Amino acid sequence: MAHTDKRDPAYLLLEDGRRFDGYRFGVPGPSLGEVVFNTSMTGYQEILTDPSYAGQHVVMTYPLIGNYGVNDEDRESDRPHVTGFVIREAPPLHSSWRATGSLEDYLIGCGVVGIAGVDTRALTLHIRSEGAKRGAIAPAAEDEADLLQRVLLHPLMEGLDLACGVSTKEPYEVPAVGEERFHVLAYDFGVKANSPRLLAERGCRVTVIPAETPVEEIFSSEPDGLFVSNGPGDPSAVEKAQEAILGLSERGVPVFGICLGHQLIARAFGAQTYKLAFGHHGANHPVRNLDRNTVEITSQNHGFAVVVGEEQEIPGAPDLRLTHLNLYDGTVEGLVHRERPVFCVQYHPEAAPGPHDSVYLFDQFIELMDARLP
Amino acid sequence: MPRRTDLESILILGSGPIIIGQACEFDYSGTQAVTALKEEGYRVVLVNSNPATIMTDPDLADRTYIEPLTPDWVERVIEREKPDALLPTMGGQTALNIAMDLDESGVLEKYGVELIGANARSIRMAEDREEFAAAMARIGLELPHGGFARTMDEALIIIEETGYPSIIRPSFTLGGTGGGIAYNADEFTAAVTRGLDTSPITEVLIDRSVIGWKEYELEVVRDASDNVIIVCSIENFDPMGVHTGDSITVAPVQTLTDVEYQRMRDAAIAIIREIGVEAGGCNIQFSVNPQTGEMLVVEMNPRVSRSSALASKATGFPIARVGAKLAVGYLLHELPNDITKTTPASFEPALDYVVVKFPRFAFEKFPEVDPTLGVQMKAVGETMAIGRTFASAWQKGIRGLEIGRSGWVVGDRLEDDGLESDDPEDLLAALRRPTAERPFQLKRALERVAQESDGRTDSMEEIQEATGIDPWFLYQLLEIVDQEVWYRGLDEVGPTELRLMKRNGFSDVQLADLRSEKEDEVRIRRWEWDIRPTYNVVDTCAGEFPAETPYYYSSYEDQDESNPSDRKKIIVLGSGPNRIGQGIEFDYCCVQAVMALRDAGYETIMINSNPETVSTDFDVSDKLYFEPLTFEDVLEIVEREQPFGVIVQLGGQTPLNLAARLEAAGVPILGTSVDAIDRAEHRGRFEEVCRIVGATVPKNGMATSEEQALAVAEEVGYPVLVRPSYVLGGRGMEIVYDAASLKNYFERAARASPDHPVLIDRFIEDAFEADVDALSDGTDVVIGGIMQHIENAGVHSGDSACVLPPYALGAAELEEIRDKTRRFALELGVVGLLNVQYAIRDGVVYVLEVNPRASRTVPFVSKATGVPLARLAARLMAGEKLADMDVPDEPPVAGVAVKEAVFPFNRFEVDILLGPEMRSTGEVMGFDDSFGMAIAKAQAASYNLLPVKGGVLIVTVNDRDKSTVTPILRRLHDMGFEIRATKGTYEHLKRLGIPAVRVFKVGEGRPNIVDQIVSGEVAMLINTPMGKKSQYDDYAMRRAAITHNIPYFTTMSATSAACDALIALRSRKYQVRTLQERIADARAMAAVEAGD
Repeated sequence: MAHTDKRDPAYLLLEDGRRFDGYRFGVPGPSLGEVVFNTSMTGYQEILTDPSYAGQHVVMTYPLIGNYGVNDEDRESDRPHVTGFVIREAPPLHSSWRATGSLEDYLIGCGVVGIAGVDTRALTLHIRSEGAKRGAIAPAAEDEADLLQRVLLHPLMEGLDLACGVSTKEPYEVPAVGEERFHVLAYDFGVKANSPRLLAERGCRVTVIPAETPVEEIFSSEPDGLFVSNGPGDPSAVEKAQEAILGLSERGVPVFGICLGHQLIARAFGAQTYKLAFGHHGANHPVRNLDRNTVEITSQNHGFAVVVGEEQEIPGAPDLRLTHLNLYDGTVEGLVHRERPVFCVQYHPEAAPGPHDSVYLFDQFIELMDARLP
Repeated sequence: MPRRTDLESILILGSGPIIIGQACEFDYSGTQAVTALKEEGYRVVLVNSNPATIMTDPDLADRTYIEPLTPDWVERVIEREKPDALLPTMGGQTALNIAMDLDESGVLEKYGVELIGANARSIRMAEDREEFAAAMARIGLELPHGGFARTMDEALIIIEETGYPSIIRPSFTLGGTGGGIAYNADEFTAAVTRGLDTSPITEVLIDRSVIGWKEYELEVVRDASDNVIIVCSIENFDPMGVHTGDSITVAPVQTLTDVEYQRMRDAAIAIIREIGVEAGGCNIQFSVNPQTGEMLVVEMNPRVSRSSALASKATGFPIARVGAKLAVGYLLHELPNDITKTTPASFEPALDYVVVKFPRFAFEKFPEVDPTLGVQMKAVGETMAIGRTFASAWQKGIRGLEIGRSGWVVGDRLEDDGLESDDPEDLLAALRRPTAERPFQLKRALERVAQESDGRTDSMEEIQEATGIDPWFLYQLLEIVDQEVWYRGLDEVGPTELRLMKRNGFSDVQLADLRSEKEDEVRIRRWEWDIRPTYNVVDTCAGEFPAETPYYYSSYEDQDESNPSDRKKIIVLGSGPNRIGQGIEFDYCCVQAVMALRDAGYETIMINSNPETVSTDFDVSDKLYFEPLTFEDVLEIVEREQPFGVIVQLGGQTPLNLAARLEAAGVPILGTSVDAIDRAEHRGRFEEVCRIVGATVPKNGMATSEEQALAVAEEVGYPVLVRPSYVLGGRGMEIVYDAASLKNYFERAARASPDHPVLIDRFIEDAFEADVDALSDGTDVVIGGIMQHIENAGVHSGDSACVLPPYALGAAELEEIRDKTRRFALELGVVGLLNVQYAIRDGVVYVLEVNPRASRTVPFVSKATGVPLARLAARLMAGEKLADMDVPDEPPVAGVAVKEAVFPFNRFEVDILLGPEMRSTGEVMGFDDSFGMAIAKAQAASYNLLPVKGGVLIVTVNDRDKSTVTPILRRLHDMGFEIRATKGTYEHLKRLGIPAVRVFKVGEGRPNIVDQIVSGEVAMLINTPMGKKSQYDDYAMRRAAITHNIPYFTTMSATSAACDALIALRSRKYQVRTLQERIADARAMAAVEAGD
């Protein structure tokens, strides 16, 4: 029972020394990571299994997490990638016709360190005003001064290539649903399962390839399109994809990127990226599509962004044009190449979790491939 | 896209009187819409018949018409104002229906009025169940529909397919009126008959049963560029089968995965697009099969609703305000988020708290009504609680209900929880039937489970099966019980344990009771340990961005965000959930006070728990604490904010009941002292006040036992008026004619308020009643208005129609009323508002009650005279003096203002006779140059449609009324009515030479009165109670009149007024006039009186 004092006390310690007390939820730790918050009210299982969260402790701002348990379908990869999970309260019982188990059992089974009972709002306000912080979750018995030392030694997110760590080791195929119309290579920097799924549903055979795949192999497989996935860490540390993006698009092969993929595409054409104070993590960000003059409610998960100039130009990348703008803070949310069939978005049109407002982008990718058909 | 420049003036329709299913949430939405459109520079024309609303404040709209909300009266406004557009989505079903009517009759086209927000095609598609079903089929969504029937035969064919239980919903009615659930053929036939009767197009929808399915609601907003957002998701605690308005509801959804939630979101977006709501909000209900996840669309409302008011308060996203802006062309991203001010309105609020809404019922007022909750809404109000967890919001919500429970606690006795026995089987049987008491029955059941060492899962499954409530909720509640057991069993309570229990949501009273302590002891220890609530901000974004708007709820977290300022502050205590006797009128007073005090430079802080109200709009006060109005919750806020003072006299009985304890705890109470309140309310002390003032009171006494009561009644003489002390709305008040009835009453009433004795007054029969609202600063007194009641004394003042200025009181009587009112004010030392009720008979002016607080009539008087009494009262309480304020004494009224009460009789099958216990839910105002026309408008506004063309009049009155009714009938006969009378009345009329036809009572032969009513021959019914033996006949006849929408009158005074109204309707010009014009006239009259 969550109310008695029989729970295992635990705490979360931030690099600035701020401490939040709670109790163990998952395995005890200690575990170190960058502490970020996510404002989605549903979709914790997708968030846990989103490879983009590698290296991060995720704080859920919605206080009740675990309500519907976990199931076998709502996974975005084969395992959780977060380094820690911070919640206010887990329910005494989960309830869903699809549930196969409780969230806590799942975390324990996957070895995920977690803490509950935390004033997650106070923590969120702290991160909001002070920026994302390195932190550690540990049992109460763990010495605080010691732990702080370890937190301070933990690497900063800037300059960190985490994508290769979560990328698939071997290529694998996701067959097209129905008639196969295109063959798409999907660069895996931490791809969420829903992206290949959405492509497959649109008649694509998707080959998911490791981040380290030699560019010659990519060129020689002559794909109809290249998909550059989302993923964790600093884009400036991931240089692998650039050659493939430039080379394929030069030959007229459509390229579509999401999140980290968007940043890699932007960088490939000369744009710069920088780290946001506390990133975008949630399912309610309004993004304005400048071409259609519409607003999409989007799913977001990124700590870095592409630099934009005052006239909405992309410094260093004159060939790129801004197509999508974040209405919260004016950051770049989407780009298109002025000549080549290349476009990308910073947010997550594949959702999971989050609204489906932007699924049309996958259709757009198909249309580009369609256009090349004889 | 900027706002439209082709529109100049916009007509907004309110929702009229407060009725069940349509309450002050539409004052909230209408007020927001008026404000939002005025900000944009439009000329706003408003029509609403309800004077108690804030939206009809003359300062708000440019042109305010307090006129009947019927198509013909609205047409007159259109003819006069020639608005460019009509916004029909802010005034509930009433406004939508009128707009559709005006569209179909060509009125809108004739005057070139464009419907904005939602067009006629969309409204029809959403409202017409068949068109809606077709639309859903086009987008591949399913409904639980069996089929539509226009006859019983058609219905019987459909039920063959759908089977039992079956849900019957009449087409085009509000709040599920006339709907029902049938478990067998008999119930089915009855429900279909009723449904066909109720439906204006004689059609019912027969639904396949989804009883027990999970119920959800999404609040959706769309702009003209087809951008759609979901503002809020709501999950019902009670499964399908209980009307959403009667359900406990929770936001956001708790038990859907993102996959399922997004599927519902996609469906909602597809629906709003298919229906074509162009720019504005709608709410869409879904039901989900808890075993398979199958999702059905239940219904859609193409307008703002009770749920959208709740959603606005739950999320901080003002749907009506945004909806109004969208209706004039703005796009979502062009509008700011009013909470953050820095981000746009095109987003979906992220919550980091849980919201629980509880409905508030009034079954104690209608003991004959079946309290089972079903598809027809029965709740009269609601309260909302915000907490960091479900459990804390749940407990807080029950505190906020103000039903005498300190949280989720069972009653002292089984009856308190609607039980006769708590045997496991009986308890389980009770749980199968949803009622207002079910949450407490549930607690009893869970307390039993908590004692079980094993077999818990089985017991929980049984409870789940009986209630259909999702196990997620049930286990949350079981944990609360477990926490209680744990806490009760502790050897010693230290700061850690106490903090934990506070964080879990327990009140001090609950904690005290668990360990047989006193509330004060718990609080003192808690304060010693510095365990204080924290206040968190409702910020729409879960902390992602700084919030500019200070809208708070309490929690016991680590970090407080209330950030009190150094300004001079005044806290206004609101009136909590609406109930009969305490509703929108008090919210009006609170909002007026806040506005006045803001203008006067104070920081204003509002505390209230009612999501329907304007007072809980976070734009109204400088700071809003969305909290229950209990001693603990209020005291903590006072401690945190350290205000200059607290106002308790504007929110009805709720804050007044807290006044003494707050004062004892050192809280500065502004205005009339707590001692003065006690002197007016405490019978013994009141007697003394009357003696000093020289006022006559009916003979009276007090009793704490039955024997004593009988003795007192003997002493003062029957009939007597009996009531518990300290009540509002005449709760438990009755007129008793003999000792036997008194015995019977006393047993029941002694229970109504155990701490207070029963008051017994001689009842003055056949007296006129008058009501006075006055202002005082302790030195000077100003009369706000003297209202004369139409019904005689004995009918609760809230249920009686009343007239301002008085129409049949002599100069000497009026002078005595003024004089006594002044004396009372000065003797009590009233600072602020005072209301005195008088009965006048044979030249004697009796004082019935003195209430040193805002009364229900304050908004009515303020609208009629243009003098904003509540605003002035707030300034007086803050220390200003009447001498410096230029307030006219007894300001004139330009014309005659009539207030008429509106009852829930079409919804509750009860007798419609009026008595000392208040049963009306709302009121309307008729305002015109003559008494007759004002009455006519009041009748039209309360949908008691007088038969202007004449027709058959059925009369059956008791002997006492026969002489009174004669001259009235003579007038009606002269107007061409055909009079049909029952035997006694008939013979009486015959003797006097008034032509009449004899008609049978029920049981005397056929066709009888009821037959004639049912067959539609009757235009009007006049009936006064005949005494016990014919009670049933009378009842059947009156019920038939209600069901068949025939105007009825049950008192002679009301009949006479109706006669005046009919004459006016036939002879006078129908005119509409704005409140602003009438107030200007009244000011001119006042100037003439003063100057010359």
